[in-house]
Amino acid sequence: MPEAPNAVPELASDPTSRKKFLRMAGGTGVAASFAVFLAACGDDKSSSSAKSTPMSTPMASADGTEQFGKGDLGIANYALTLEYLETQFYNDAAESGMLKGKTLELAKGFGAEEQEHIDALIALIKKSGGKPAAKPKAKFPLDSAKSILDLAATVENLGAAAYLGQAGNIQDKEILAAALSIHSVEARHAAVLNLATKAAPAAGAFAKPATAADVLKSVKPFLLS
Amino acid sequence: MDNIEIHGMSRGAFLVRGALATGAAMGAASVTPWVSSALAQDGGGDVDILNFALTLEYLEADFYKQASKLSLKGQYKSLAKEFGANEQEHVDALIATIGQLGGKPVKSPTFAFGLKTQQDFEKLAITLEDTGVSAYNGAAPMIMSKEELAAAGSIVQVEARHAAALRFLGGMSPTKGAFDKTLSKGAVLKAVKPLIKA
Repeated sequence: MPEAPNAVPELASDPTSRKKFLRMAGGTGVAASFAVFLAACGDDKSSSSAKSTPMSTPMASADGTEQFGKGDLGIANYALTLEYLETQFYNDAAESGMLKGKTLELAKGFGAEEQEHIDALIALIKKSGGKPAAKPKAKFPLDSAKSILDLAATVENLGAAAYLGQAGNIQDKEILAAALSIHSVEARHAAVLNLATKAAPAAGAFAKPATAADVLKSVKPFLLS
Repeated sequence: MDNIEIHGMSRGAFLVRGALATGAAMGAASVTPWVSSALAQDGGGDVDILNFALTLEYLEADFYKQASKLSLKGQYKSLAKEFGANEQEHVDALIATIGQLGGKPVKSPTFAFGLKTQQDFEKLAITLEDTGVSAYNGAAPMIMSKEELAAAGSIVQVEARHAAALRFLGGMSPTKGAFDKTLSKGAVLKAVKPLIKA
C-alpha cells in the first residue's frame, strides 16, 4: 500500500503512527471470523451479500485507530475526525448555493446531526480522560447538486461502514452504546441519500464494515495538509 | 405485570431478570442520548440475545410477507419485497448462528398485523423498523462475542436503512434525532405484544 504513509500525517499528530498504520494495513487476522458468520447464513440462494463476501471481508483491527490514541480513545478520536469531515461537508454543501428545496433541507438537517455527534464525542473523550482530536482541514468538490448528493451518499455509506468496523473493537460499554446510537443514524442518512441517488437504501441484508485504513484512504483526497 | 408469552422463549428467565419491570420503568426515556437503559439489565447470554433478535426478525419477515398481499403501490411495492427478503436473510443467519453456538433457535410466534390498507402498512412498517433499531442498539452492548456483536451491527445498520427509507417516503424526517435511542428487551416485547397471536 504505497499511499498509506501519506494518509497518516494529514490526520494524525502522532509521528510513530506510520508503522502501526502500515502494520494494520496487512492485518487480516480478525477478518476470517466475520466471514464465518456470513458463511453460516447457509442458504446459498438467499444471500447475495454472503456470496459476495470474500474471506478477506474487512473487520477493523484496533491498529488502524491507534494513531488517534490507544484503545477506545483512539477509536473515539477516529470517529470524531470522521464526524468533523462530515459536518464540514454538509456546511460547505449548504453554503455552496447548489442545493435547493428539500435537498438543502436534508443537508442542513444531516449536518446539524453530525455536529451533535461531534459534541457528544468530544464530551465522551474528555470524560474518559482523553484529548479530543483536532479538526482536520478539508476541501470538498461541490460543483453541482448531483455531484454533492453523490458525494454525500458516498460519505455517509463510508461513515456507517467505519462505525460498524469498530463495533467489535470497543471495550467500554458506554462508548459502545454511544457508537451504536450514532452508527444507525449514519445508516439512516446513507439510506435516504441512496434513495435520492437512485440506489437501493440497503445494499444487501448485511452491511459491510470498513477498516480504519480503508476509510482513511477514501477520505484522503479531501484532506488539505 | 403483563403476561408476555413468546413461544419457545423462557418467560421465566425474563421475569427472573426483571427485564419487563426494567423495560416498563425506563422504557424509551434514556437519560442521555445514548446511555442505554438496557445496560442496566442482564442480557442472559449471547444465545438469549440472539433468540430475542430472531423473534423480532420473524416478526418483521412475516410482516412484509403479509404486506405483499396488499398490492402496495409506488416505491413501497419494490421496497417491501426487498426489505422482506433482507429480514428473511436475518432470520436464516440468526438461526444458523444460534445453532453454531450450541443454542436452540426459538420458533416463530404467530403474528396478526391487521393490515388492510397501504396506509396500515406504511405506518406499522415505520414503527416496526424503528423498534428493531432500538432493540438491537439496546441489546448489542450486552453481547459478549466480538463476532456476534459485529454480526448484530451489520444487521442493525440494515434495519436503520429500512426505517429511514420508509420514514422518508412517508414524508417524515429519516432520523429521530442525532442519536437512535435504545429500548430494553422488556420494552420491546411489550411494544410488539399486541401483534403476537400465539
